[in-house]
Amino acid sequence: MRHIISILIENEAGALSRVAGLFSARGYNIESLTVAPTEDPTLSRMTIVTSGTERIIEQITKQLNKLVDVVKLLDLTEGPHIEREMMLIKVKASSMAQREDVKRLADIFRGHIIDVTTSTYTIELTGACVKLDSFIDALAEHKIIETVRSGVTGIARGEKSLHL
Amino acid sequence: MELSGGEILVQCLKDEGVDFLFGYPGGAVLHIYDALYNQEDVRHILVRHEQAATHAADGYARATGKPGVVLVTSGPGATNAVTGIATAYMDSIPMVIITGQVATANIGSDAFQEVDAVGITRPCVKHNFLVKDINDLAETVKKAFYVATTGRPGPVVVDVPKDITDPSIKIPYHYPETVQMRSYQPTLKGHSGQIKRAVDLLLSAKKPMIYTGGGVVLGKGSDELRRFVRKLGYPITSTLMGLGAYPSSDELFLGMLGMHGTYEANMAMHDCDVLIAIGARFDDRVTGKIAEFCPDAKIIHIDIDPSSISKTITVDIPIVGSVPDVLQEMNGLLESSKKSPDKKAISAWWAEINSWRSMKCLSYDRNSDKIKPQMVIEMIHEITHGQAYVTSDVGQHQMWAAQYYGFDEPNRWINSGGLGTMGFGLPAAMGVQFAYPDDTVICVTGEGSIQMCIQELSTCLQYGLPVKIVALNNRYLGMVRQWQEFFYENRYSHSYMESLPDFVKLTESYGHVGIRIEKPEDLRKELERGFAMKDRLVFFDIVTDQTENVYPMIAQGKAHNDMHMSPYCEPPQDPERELS
Repeated sequence: MRHIISILIENEAGALSRVAGLFSARGYNIESLTVAPTEDPTLSRMTIVTSGTERIIEQITKQLNKLVDVVKLLDLTEGPHIEREMMLIKVKASSMAQREDVKRLADIFRGHIIDVTTSTYTIELTGACVKLDSFIDALAEHKIIETVRSGVTGIARGEKSLHL
Repeated sequence: MELSGGEILVQCLKDEGVDFLFGYPGGAVLHIYDALYNQEDVRHILVRHEQAATHAADGYARATGKPGVVLVTSGPGATNAVTGIATAYMDSIPMVIITGQVATANIGSDAFQEVDAVGITRPCVKHNFLVKDINDLAETVKKAFYVATTGRPGPVVVDVPKDITDPSIKIPYHYPETVQMRSYQPTLKGHSGQIKRAVDLLLSAKKPMIYTGGGVVLGKGSDELRRFVRKLGYPITSTLMGLGAYPSSDELFLGMLGMHGTYEANMAMHDCDVLIAIGARFDDRVTGKIAEFCPDAKIIHIDIDPSSISKTITVDIPIVGSVPDVLQEMNGLLESSKKSPDKKAISAWWAEINSWRSMKCLSYDRNSDKIKPQMVIEMIHEITHGQAYVTSDVGQHQMWAAQYYGFDEPNRWINSGGLGTMGFGLPAAMGVQFAYPDDTVICVTGEGSIQMCIQELSTCLQYGLPVKIVALNNRYLGMVRQWQEFFYENRYSHSYMESLPDFVKLTESYGHVGIRIEKPEDLRKELERGFAMKDRLVFFDIVTDQTENVYPMIAQGKAHNDMHMSPYCEPPQDPERELS
């Protein structure tokens, strides 16, 4: 099953490689990983999307907690949560028909066209991972030149939070 | 007090109470070595290879329970140390390894003797640090010792660039008494509700089994364990790493379990209805086939490391905490409990166990005209009254030492169980001998393993270490040969060693005593003669039976009740059980 694991980790050199190294050394899947400092510059927030059986997910969370730099951990998928990923996608749009269709699709998905040339549109789209996948599927008729995805971030709904 | 970085490091070690520093100098650590000169509080031991520095510190740590400390230079100094660091990591041994690094400004430039020590060691340390500012040095060292010695112990590397130890830069020195880390707070006390449930389950057992591991030794839980086992009167077995935590001469002890465990221990594991695992991690050499591991048992697991729990075997009652803390609470509950073990069921269980015991699974041919390795181990036990510190290398000799020496005290059996590092034995014995100069320290080894760190005979001469090296020389890489005999139809691919050195002359050239023993009738006399030389290193080159195998043996991936047995066992008393 797919899990979104959020961790607060000491914002120190090498912290990212400790986490990445753990996943490769133990053969765990890693679908995406994002990391950036929080409002407290000594802490980074990392979001990891992984998949595995319950036993493997349990091991992943335990092994992450065991890393000396990891301060706190939350498996977002265990409760109600919001998942967001941002995508920048550059699409060929030279003919009038292409330009209209791409614009229409972008509107339907609530994306924004953020850069325009005579032959391309670049669209910014934010949403859950599956929404971005659907948008790519919807563009099947078009020529995608470039896709850039930020990786998933997420936050728990309601009062629940991951903080010190 | 204003000190340079090099002086700060040495002062930190003094303040930490470090007696011995095992190391090897080189360019990046010269400032530190200069600070070590003309001081006597921290005794530096010059080894002959950095791998040996780590094993010696490791042996010291295993025997004393105190952290082992290592100092090596950058580049090859650090990479040579990696095998020893990984060895300590796999067996959770507290160590602090200081590696020199090229100057901060040169990091990343492929400078002479530069290697990314923090990167290379990351997968085999509990934690590591790169010191980038002299002002962080003392606190980083404090953190390193704190992390290495608390929770589940392990090696910690501190990488120190050369400019940090520059003698011309001095700062005020302060060594923190304690250190707080918000990201690292190991749990010691177990959950009381879980402990109570565990005690209830134990008291309801009809076929209980206690399975202990290295965590009892590391956690200094031996005394509480002895109270616990004797109060219950239940059978107990131990992993390779836990030997000695419970006395092996005690009636309740069934011997080691696992791949080369005793028949009775493995059968009792297979048939038990309640299993309590204490400071053990269900290693594959212990569990055999996972799907058939203790098929009928409810399992309780005490471990300080949450990630050890339900890693390979799902347990029913997990208890995260330190072994002595949890056992102390359990002992208290057992004392105050109105319930007591089911006497009738337990005595029936013992009857069953004793029928397995009657096979005498560790029997071997005592009338052979060749020296049997098992006999050598039994004899050194007798000669040393079972009181020696015994280190080993890796292979058949390691298993025989574990099976036949009979350890009655913790911290006496010192071997590389997790990583299985050949070359560990001699340098580890040096570390133990430094800690206990008046005790007998034996390195049980083979002619293959000993050659992996043989250069340390030179270190032993320099410091006058009277280690007794017992080399079971069968001219084979014995464990490899045994597997080739059992599983590769006797195709002995590259497991035979030709052109062995004359170990007696080799030892003599290093300034020690060498004794070669070829005949069984000479064994006792020659061993006694060598062991009588209290102040000399003696290398016993013992020519043993080439084809002897380690029995019993569970083949990899087989269940506990599926063992290869020695042909010299007694017939089983229980007719219902067929031997494989």
